[in-house]
Amino acid sequence: MTLHFSPELVGEPVIHRLGHQFALITNIRRADVSRDEGWVVLEVEGEADEIERGLRYCEALGVRVDPVEGELAV
Amino acid sequence: MTTAPARIVGLRCRACGRGAPLGPTHVCELCFGPLEVAYDYTEVAPLATRAAIEAGPTSMWRYRMLLPYEAEEAPVSLGEGLTPLVHAERLGEQLGLRRLYLKNDSQNPTNSFKDRVVSVAASWARQQGFQVLACASTGNLANAVAAYAARSGLRGLVVIPDDLEPGKVAPTAVFDPVMVRVRGTYDDVNRLCSELADRMPWGFCNINLRPFYSEGSKTLTFETCEQLGWRMPDEIVIPVASGCQFVKHAKALDELRQLELVEPGRPPRLTGAQARGCAPVATAFERGETHIVPVREPRTVARSIAIGNPSDGSDVVRLARASGGVVTAVEEEEILEGIELLARTEGIFTETAGGVTVAVLARLARQGRWSRDATVVAYITGHGLKTVGALEGRTRVPEPIPARLRAVLAADPGGLLEAGQPAARRAAG
Repeated sequence: MTLHFSPELVGEPVIHRLGHQFALITNIRRADVSRDEGWVVLEVEGEADEIERGLRYCEALGVRVDPVEGELAV
Repeated sequence: MTTAPARIVGLRCRACGRGAPLGPTHVCELCFGPLEVAYDYTEVAPLATRAAIEAGPTSMWRYRMLLPYEAEEAPVSLGEGLTPLVHAERLGEQLGLRRLYLKNDSQNPTNSFKDRVVSVAASWARQQGFQVLACASTGNLANAVAAYAARSGLRGLVVIPDDLEPGKVAPTAVFDPVMVRVRGTYDDVNRLCSELADRMPWGFCNINLRPFYSEGSKTLTFETCEQLGWRMPDEIVIPVASGCQFVKHAKALDELRQLELVEPGRPPRLTGAQARGCAPVATAFERGETHIVPVREPRTVARSIAIGNPSDGSDVVRLARASGGVVTAVEEEEILEGIELLARTEGIFTETAGGVTVAVLARLARQGRWSRDATVVAYITGHGLKTVGALEGRTRVPEPIPARLRAVLAADPGGLLEAGQPAARRAAG
């Protein structure tokens, strides 16, 4: 998945919490984070339900979560 | 994994350069970057001559040597590509451009550019033994997938959000694909399809078939240069949705130059066009950054290019900048005026995405971006009948008059009585 961080969230340890509060193993594959904003391509391992819960947690914080490939068409 | 023909080396990651075997996969195992088809151009070169191409089919498949399809069987085709490159003299006159050209891709079989990419995806999928050709889409892509699935004998699968208007479903449903309506937004549908592509042996054009699908885009630029007498234009104006098409036009120009198919010269500036209501790429360009901030709620009539999280947005910004182009966004009123301007001056009716392209072209021309003799090409990627509702309330319907000669002359519709006689009739009189 790709996580997009807005300026309000770029200082939050979201990925750390994702690994601690949920039974998930996270691994950063690619990232571009500046002082103000950024994106992280994250590999996440775990049970499907747990991944879903983690994903919803991120979204509730205001992090945008997308499939790794982004959108190609509407 | 399949055995690749010699001219196709395999897949390669655009982000980290790592190679991958040819197969239905779209992200790099190492960095999750986008995978592209890589060719051995020493193998391609003997096949890619002007004479061979000009003697090829009257479709985009005349460029088969630069597409990832090598079966003996004919590709899945409805005659896509080799669309007209129109010398837009009347529009050019209004914009101060003597050499303005429009690549009219609304003339494709399902009336949009998507036929090019889906033709390649369907051909590759059938060759590989896929039985299902699928996509997540609400518009032009769904239309093309359904048509090419019907043409190829593959089962078509189109996944759409449940709030899609019936009017948008019908032109796709007529091809009889399997339609799955999902309760949720387009984002939900997109995510669901990514999961499906991981688990099911289905070919999703915009997911696991993407490296092959996207190669079809190159043919638009190949043809443009061929139709200009194997010359490159000075600038190309391209609508930007995911940015995938834009990136492939840059690749096409590299290939044309590397294979010495085009006359030497400066490569064109590549300029992107977006609607301000969903302009993540233009915004990044204007801010001087490459990071794309996704747009959560696109708000524009140009729905076919309203992609909030464009897959190749950062690459578009980089390529536009490197080529000397720009990425510009236009307002809603400009988009509709763009559609009307093109129709009025050239007799071409384009969808809202084409309105965006024409509006950007017009804005840049009025700002004096080009000299009068610059060769500028704009890509018109879809037909106006696809978004006819966008013009509701803008067309003037005159009051009816009696069916009598005197009534017509008295009404003098549009000042036609001022129009002169044809030259031949004047001479005879």
